[in-house]
Amino acid sequence: MLRYFKPVIFLVCLLPLGRLGWRGFYAELGANPIEAITHGTGDWTLIFLLVTLSVTPLRRLTRQYWLIGLRRMFGLFAFFYGTLHLMTYVWLDKFFDVHEMLADIAKRRFITAGMTAFTLMIPLALTSTKWSIRKMGGKRWQVLHRLIYFSAAAAVIHYIWLVKADLKKPLEYAFVLAVLILYRIVAWLVERAKTNARMASAEMEAS
Amino acid sequence: MLIKTGEGIRSSEITPKSLYLSRRAFLAGAAIAGTSAATGLKLCDIVSPATTALAAGKIDGIKKSSFSTAETITPYQDVTHYNNYYEFSTDKEGPAELAKNFRTRPWKVKIDGLVDKKQELDIDTILKMAPPEERIYRHRCVEGWSIVVPWVGFSLSELIKRANPTSKAKFVEFTTLFDLAQMPGQRRDVLQWPYVEGLRMDEAMHPLALLCFGMYGQDLPNQDGAPLRIVVPWKYGFKSAKAIVRIRFTDRQPQNTWNLSAPQEYGFYSNVNPNVDHPRWSQAKERRLGEFFKRPTLLFNGYDQVASLYSGMDLRKYF
Repeated sequence: MLRYFKPVIFLVCLLPLGRLGWRGFYAELGANPIEAITHGTGDWTLIFLLVTLSVTPLRRLTRQYWLIGLRRMFGLFAFFYGTLHLMTYVWLDKFFDVHEMLADIAKRRFITAGMTAFTLMIPLALTSTKWSIRKMGGKRWQVLHRLIYFSAAAAVIHYIWLVKADLKKPLEYAFVLAVLILYRIVAWLVERAKTNARMASAEMEAS
Repeated sequence: MLIKTGEGIRSSEITPKSLYLSRRAFLAGAAIAGTSAATGLKLCDIVSPATTALAAGKIDGIKKSSFSTAETITPYQDVTHYNNYYEFSTDKEGPAELAKNFRTRPWKVKIDGLVDKKQELDIDTILKMAPPEERIYRHRCVEGWSIVVPWVGFSLSELIKRANPTSKAKFVEFTTLFDLAQMPGQRRDVLQWPYVEGLRMDEAMHPLALLCFGMYGQDLPNQDGAPLRIVVPWKYGFKSAKAIVRIRFTDRQPQNTWNLSAPQEYGFYSNVNPNVDHPRWSQAKERRLGEFFKRPTLLFNGYDQVASLYSGMDLRKYF
């Protein structure tokens, strides 16, 4: 199933970029195209981070365990759109002025948060191969990849600190992220309760 | 007071409206040449760019002004589809659509506070107070973008003189219409409504401060603040209140809306100043709509003639 499905999903994940390119080519990005590109790529970075984090809850709740096969691709797309987003800042906003960018990172907390979100994605992208998982060992790999929670949180904070007065959109992202994290906490608590119960009954039998 | 008039307009340098509209049509035409898929949407622009772009009434007898800049005017389409007008929407593309049916007649403006005679003026009485002038001003948003707009209006001082404020009046306060039925953005409390802005009396009396009711030779579009707004070109855009229904003279500094919303970020003065950053972003540069590279922001948005209003003031403290 995944074999045929995955290439289709891959192309779907490229649609936002295609749409941006299309609208840019036909001068339909509005009065401030660079801002539209910055906001567009930023939005899709966040969306792909949240989609990546949705895979585990979704496959458990629907028992569609094959979904795990898509998770790495979604994560890499988050990194891909994040890179484009960063490039709009580095190229279109700062014109590769390293000095100005360093000052920005230190001084502007929304840039600090955004840079943190992106930096945390780098090791995840680098260790996304099967080879890395084997080399690192599943447990250690898993621990490292929990960085995605911090990356997503930093990305949401980046958005919240950026807006002037209307927090509606960043808070929607924050809400979805909170639900996804809450699911994991609840799942962990349930799992622990089950384990405890099993151990208790095992002790009962033993005694 | 010495009033420097700034650089004069060389009419040869202003892009004629027909030319930039036809440039748009050319771009659209190029798009259509590239593919047949885009035809449906773009065809109307090519057939008749002027009529689709400009629906408002023409204003007669507009005089030129020596305050105008010779810089390239931002296309009408951009100035009317990139609006920060939270009364309608926090989305910049929103106001153009949501303000479409906004009623600008009948319209009354209440003049009160420290004046000889409180009164309610009809908009059409106000428009006849002085001959209309075209003022091509730079307009800098606190967010870091800028445009060049050919506003139509006359100096705010013309109205203030006729309102006869008492000698106690030190400030002028402007209030925007509050109307939940017509301004859907006011149903959300992103800001405290109605929108209030203010100027110090000497700022309001400065000839650059414009009482505005038109742009591009036409009536002011609803999404740009019709029927009556002010334009204070040396201050960040939010200081230039739109859809004004009340002008109040007072001896105390008015509480302006953005200052109320975030006092550490938006001051009462809010003069354009590249050396005083917004706490969250730099104000050193700006993106002029339509330009690829950012350009440096100028102190008082390049209107040096207002500098004397602030001599001796610490502009970091009074940001």
